[in-house]
Parts: sequence; structure tokens; C-alpha cells
Amino acid sequence: MTDTTKPQPSGLRMPSMSVLGPIIALLVLLAIGAAMNSNFLSAANITNVLARSAFIGIIAVGMTFVITAGGLDLSVGSMAAFIAGLMILVMNAALPSMGIGIPIILLGMVTAIIAGMLAGLLNGFLITTLGIEAFIVTLGSMGIYRSLVTWLADGGTLSLDFGLRTFYRPVYFDGILGVSWPIIVFALVVIIGEFIMSRTAYGRHCAATGSNEHVAHYSNVNVRRTRLISYAALGILVGIATIMYVPRLGSASASTGVLWELEAIAAVIIGGTVLKGGFGRVWGTVIGVLILSLIGNILNLTDFVSPYLNGAIQGIIIILAVILQRERKTAN
Amino acid sequence: MTSRPVVALSSVSKSFGPVEVLHGVNLALHAGSVHALIGENGAGKSTTMKILAGYQPPSKGTVELDGTPVQFDSLQDGEAAGIVMIHQEFNLAEQLTVEQNIFLGRELKRGVMLNKAEMRKRTREYLARVACDVHPDALVSSLSNSEKQMVEIAKALSRNAKVLIMDEPTAVLTNRETQVLFKQVAALREAGTAILFTSHKLDEVAEISDQVTIMRDGDVVHAGPTSEMSEDAMATAMVGRDVSDLYPAKPGVPADAPVVLDVKGLHVPGFASDVSFYLRKGEILGIGGLIGSGRTELMEGLAALRPATSTSVTMFDKLANFKRPGDAQKAGLCYLTEDRKLRGLLLERGMRENLTLANLHKFGGFMLDRRAEETALTEAIAEFDIRAGTRDVAVGNMSGGNQQKLLLAKVMLSQPRVLIVDEPTRGIDIGTKQQIYAFLRGLADAGHGIIVITSEMPELIGLADRIMVMRTGRVGGTLGADEINEDAIVRLSMGLGMEQAPKVA
Repeated sequence: MTDTTKPQPSGLRMPSMSVLGPIIALLVLLAIGAAMNSNFLSAANITNVLARSAFIGIIAVGMTFVITAGGLDLSVGSMAAFIAGLMILVMNAALPSMGIGIPIILLGMVTAIIAGMLAGLLNGFLITTLGIEAFIVTLGSMGIYRSLVTWLADGGTLSLDFGLRTFYRPVYFDGILGVSWPIIVFALVVIIGEFIMSRTAYGRHCAATGSNEHVAHYSNVNVRRTRLISYAALGILVGIATIMYVPRLGSASASTGVLWELEAIAAVIIGGTVLKGGFGRVWGTVIGVLILSLIGNILNLTDFVSPYLNGAIQGIIIILAVILQRERKTAN
Repeated sequence: MTSRPVVALSSVSKSFGPVEVLHGVNLALHAGSVHALIGENGAGKSTTMKILAGYQPPSKGTVELDGTPVQFDSLQDGEAAGIVMIHQEFNLAEQLTVEQNIFLGRELKRGVMLNKAEMRKRTREYLARVACDVHPDALVSSLSNSEKQMVEIAKALSRNAKVLIMDEPTAVLTNRETQVLFKQVAALREAGTAILFTSHKLDEVAEISDQVTIMRDGDVVHAGPTSEMSEDAMATAMVGRDVSDLYPAKPGVPADAPVVLDVKGLHVPGFASDVSFYLRKGEILGIGGLIGSGRTELMEGLAALRPATSTSVTMFDKLANFKRPGDAQKAGLCYLTEDRKLRGLLLERGMRENLTLANLHKFGGFMLDRRAEETALTEAIAEFDIRAGTRDVAVGNMSGGNQQKLLLAKVMLSQPRVLIVDEPTRGIDIGTKQQIYAFLRGLADAGHGIIVITSEMPELIGLADRIMVMRTGRVGGTLGADEINEDAIVRLSMGLGMEQAPKVA
């Protein structure tokens, strides 16, 4: 340690395997898909994959912040189902007085966003202020929302009024210049998320809090507020994802959003965010989401491997991603 | 020394990648002898010890055990040969009990069952030998640093170590605990154990060691009997320059200098009650007292890092009411933590992110300006003489002295007018200490108010214009410039007229 520090331009280093790994995996999947089915790279298929990725993707961006700040949220899938049910109930109830039109759609959207924010704040409050483990709190709220939506639907399905559904459908199926709305919203959420994570004080505070909350506290970072905001933001994003999701099927039931939480967490981890917190990147999460969706899509388009093995292959990818993360750690 | 060494290094070199950190080191440990290894941070002491203990193989040269070259493939090999190393960062399982830790990996059994009675009995014996009165069933996580140190030594005893290697064993101990440790070291020496230890405290080296080896920049620059060397000569050999003027001159604080901080009736639940003090402009106020006397918690309470109440806190003639740490920072009061690894720095992050963490608002309103951050880092590196391999090195891989300088740079970025530093030189080398002392005095001369909490008596006496001694959460007494001496400080920290020293938590 005798040489003095030399200024070194940052950003000129060779990207490490943890950066390249997910990108290479995505490219390999694209190559496999293109080789196996000529329709794979068609605009229709790509749009389909991206639109389906959008729900999990929007949620996973929020999850990236929660995990980076050292937290976890298992309740997002149930929360989405509950918000969808609530939205449908509110819109159906307002139909006689408001009629079909843009105001009632806006009412549904506002309901979803507020419900999401409140649900996220509740999780965050229990975790940060009462100091209960995030795993426990969100495991609990996961059960609560799931059973609430089942109860609201009386064990069956909550359906949006047929006329309303027809009016609302374009929010999922239409778009601008052939790009559908879920993809546009997903892209916006990603751009804003990536900007906040890597370029703002809040992103730095999340990473510091997840890395070592004592250091963050002694550096005058408001650890509690940082975490609370991450849960609230995730709740809002769940609300936004639900706004996109409801017009697709026009209904919600006990099986809506099942396992979304695990897909979102898996996407975050595959993308290189560290599960125990302290380091996160939003663009990695996007790649993680795309990898998971592409596996399902390729299995559906080819008869080489049964689509029933989708979950198994996703599982292998998740484990491989974590092994790669560990390799990086030992290499340092 | 005519006897054959128990373990020796012969022309050992060690390289990490292209960088050679040890250049042909020779070192011999003899049975029944205490050997001190001293040098600045980064001189190669830790690497030398790790090679001796079998944690790392040498790149060149040999490790000789009883005169025959050996190759340790793992630390288990080293332990099997009777070489035990105690790390500065303890190697204890926090969630296990003391007893479980001492017998970890070599549990005594009766058939397939654990022989708990025997393990407990022996644990008590080992703990008694190090005069440590923790319960064998106590969780290690509930112990203080010094108690953990004693448990580590008890663990080494239980392994019948022929060679005991200790990396800065006294860094976290109070004076009293250090004496207990030294008694135990002397007993081990009598029993024929070869002991190697490192320390930054030269008075300890002079007191306990028989042989001393001094390293600088990966070379052994001196080796010989301790009795032939003065502490000054050791320091000079370590640093390679004269460090007799370790502490900067005290210009003296005028009696009419304005009071910048006036604290009345500060109460930190569970740690300190009814503490009042003031600080003048340009003054360095030393806070003495035993570890556990509430010094750290008092200052953390003042900075609103933990809950506290007070009758009044006045800063620069304005009533201050700090609710959150950010409030104190805004008002110009900053606290530099004693625990740079757990509370001060994000060890897996780089220097830039650590430097600016508490002051991100100064680097862009909403969007962070990385270029400005890089500029601030360049300035900090120059101003604080931070030496790291590259700019983007993870802070955890930097030496303790450089970490401390970075932490100081981080706090100074808040431009505090009242700076509280807690154990500013713990575990760092003498050259860096000198730089930090000079920096603190420079700040005071520039009109800042400085509070220094320290357990090191020479540092307290050498640095402070005035000393407040804490005892069991209260002010034990205050010493003016002409009353400062070691005896007075010790008497105040023990409580006048007390027969027994208070128990240190």
C-alpha cells in the first residue's frame, strides 16, 4: 500500500460476469427461440411476450427497491388480486350513477393506486415502526389479501360489467404506434426506476440501508423512512400493474396473481440484485423478467420440452443466477 | 537464544498477484518466550502471522516447525501442529454459548451423546484461568468485546496451543483487562508456550515482550531483545522518521473564548444522566473514563443518534433541539463513530459512495452529480492523505488507518463547527495517528470546537486542553489545563474513595 492513489476514469473497466451474465443468458434464449420457431421473432410474438411481462415487470421494479433496501415483500401477488377485486367492485357499484365513460375508468384507476399505496404503507409500517421481520409481515398480509379477495368473490369470480369491460379493453390491447399500453407503462416505470436507483440520493440511501443500516443511521440517513417509501412505492406499482391487468380478463378470483410474488423476486435476483440487500439494479430486473417470460414462451412455441416443465426450468435459472452471484463474491 | 525455535519463517516472501507484500522475512518463535511484532498498518504484520498460522502459504521461502520445513495446507494443519491464532475480528459463533464455542468442532462425547457435564466443567476451568467471570451458558452475542477476547484466549487454552498468535489483542481492552491478559500471557510463557502478538501500544510491547521484530513495508527492519530498545527507538524504526513530537503543541484556550456548545442536564436513558458541560471555541475537550462509563452513548444522545432528553442544549448562543441526526448535522454538530467497520463505513462499497453518503444533498438536488462526487473524493484523498490501491477499491479492503482517514473526510464533508470524535485512532498505526492529531489541532486552531473521546491515556493527555472524566453515566470530574495528569484521571474515573474498581460492562 505504498503507491498513492491514482485517479482512474470510472466506467472504462471490462464489465464483470455479473453484468454480462444475465445479458448473455437473454441473448442465448433469443437465439434458441429464433432457431426453433420462425414465428419467434415476429412482431406479434414479441409484443405478446413484452405485454405479458409487463405485470410482473412493473411489480419487480418496485421489488428491486424493497430488496435493495434490505426488505422483502411476499404479499404482492395477493395484493394484486385484492386490488383487482376491489377495483371491479367499485367500478360495478359506480356504474348506475356514473355510466360508462372515462370518469368511471379513472375512478377505478385511482382506487387501485390508493389501495396499493395503503397496502404498501401498512406492510412498511408494521416492518419499520413495529420492527417485525419483513418475511413474517408480508407472509401474513399475503394470506390476508388472498382470503379477502376470495371472500369478496364469495369463492367464485368477480366480473366487470360487460359494457364496462368492452370500454376498458383498449387499456390492455391498444397502444401508440402498435406498442400496447402495458409495454409503454412498463418502459416508463423502468426508466424512472433505473434513474432513481442509480442517479438519486434515494437510490443511494436504499443501497446504504440494505448494506448496513447502522452505517446508514450514523450517516444521517432516515432508515425507517427509506424502507417505508420502498414498500409504499411497491404498493403503488402493484396498483398500476393491476390497472393494466383488469382489462385483459375483466375479472378477478382467488387464483388471480398466484405466485406473482415469487416470479417478481426471481426476476430481481436473476437480474443481479443481492437478496440480502445493499446492491440493486433496475435494468437487471428487466432482463430477469424477460428471461423468465421467454422461457415460457419458447416452451409454448416448440414441442421440444413440455411446457409443463416451465417451472422447473425457471427454477434452474434462478439457482444458477445465485451461484453466479456467489462466484462474483469469491472472485473479489 | 540458543534453543531451537518452535516455529520459524525462513526468507518468506508473499505476493498477491503482481504485488509482493513480504520480502524475504525471517522470524523465529521460541518456547517460553513472548515475541512482539510491530509496524505500521500495511507493513505486512497480518500476512506474516497468517503464514505462520497456516492460513496462507508463502510464495517463496519456508515455514519450519521444530527445524523441519512444513507445508500447512489449511489452518486445521496449523492447529494440529499446535499453532493457534486469535484474530482481531473475533472468530466466534455469535448465536452459540460460550461453552459451545470453546468446544466447537471438537465436542466431547459419551457414545453418541454430548458429554455436557464435562464440557461445562472444563469451560469453567479455562474461563477461571483467564479470570473471566462470564457464564458458560451465556450467548457470545451478549458479551462485550473484552469478554469475547477472553473467551478466544480460553478457547486457545483448550487446544493446548504450543504457539499462540494474537493480532492486536489489547486493541479493544481496557487497561485493567489488559493487565489480566498480560498475567495470563506470563503464565503461558512459564508453561513453555511460544507467543507472538502485535500491538500499536509500544508501552505494552516494552512491558510484556522478550523479543521484538519491527516491520516496515514488508521487510523486517529490526529484530532483537526488547530490553535493548527504547519505545522512542521502536517508533522511529517503525515509521522510518522521528515521531517524538507525536502530539501537536497546545496553544492554550483563552479563558474568555466564546462558549460554542453548552449542554445542561443531558440524560440518555440507561447510559447517562444529568450531564452538563460546555465547549469553548478553539478548544479540544477530552472525555475520559472507562469503556462502559456512558461516554459514547452520551455523545450519541447529544447528536440525536439515540433517544435522549436534556434541560437545554445551546449551540452558538442558539437553543438547539435535535430530534434526528440530520438536525445536529444541519446545526453544525457531527459525531464520528468509534466503530468504523459496523457504523462508520459501508465495507463492500467504494470510497466515493462512502464519502458522500451523509451529504448527498450537496451533490445535486434530485439527480446526483457523480462528477462532483469524484472531485470531492480527489480532494479528500489529497487532503487526508488516503492511500488505497485504486479509487474503486472496496473500503473493507483498505487498511484501518486509511479507513479512519476516509471516515474523517466523510464527516468533514458536513463542515461541522463542533466535531465529536470517538476513539479516533483505535487500531491504527503511529504515523497515521500523528496525522490525525495534527488535523484535529488544526481544526481547533481554525476556531472549531472539538470533543475527543478516547481510552488511550497518552492520547487524552497529549491532545486535550481540558478533560471531563465520565464515571457510571455521570461526570466524575473535570480537569483544567494545569491539572491534567494520569493519576488524576484514573482517580476520577474510578471514583474517589472507591475501594473497588467499578465493573466494566
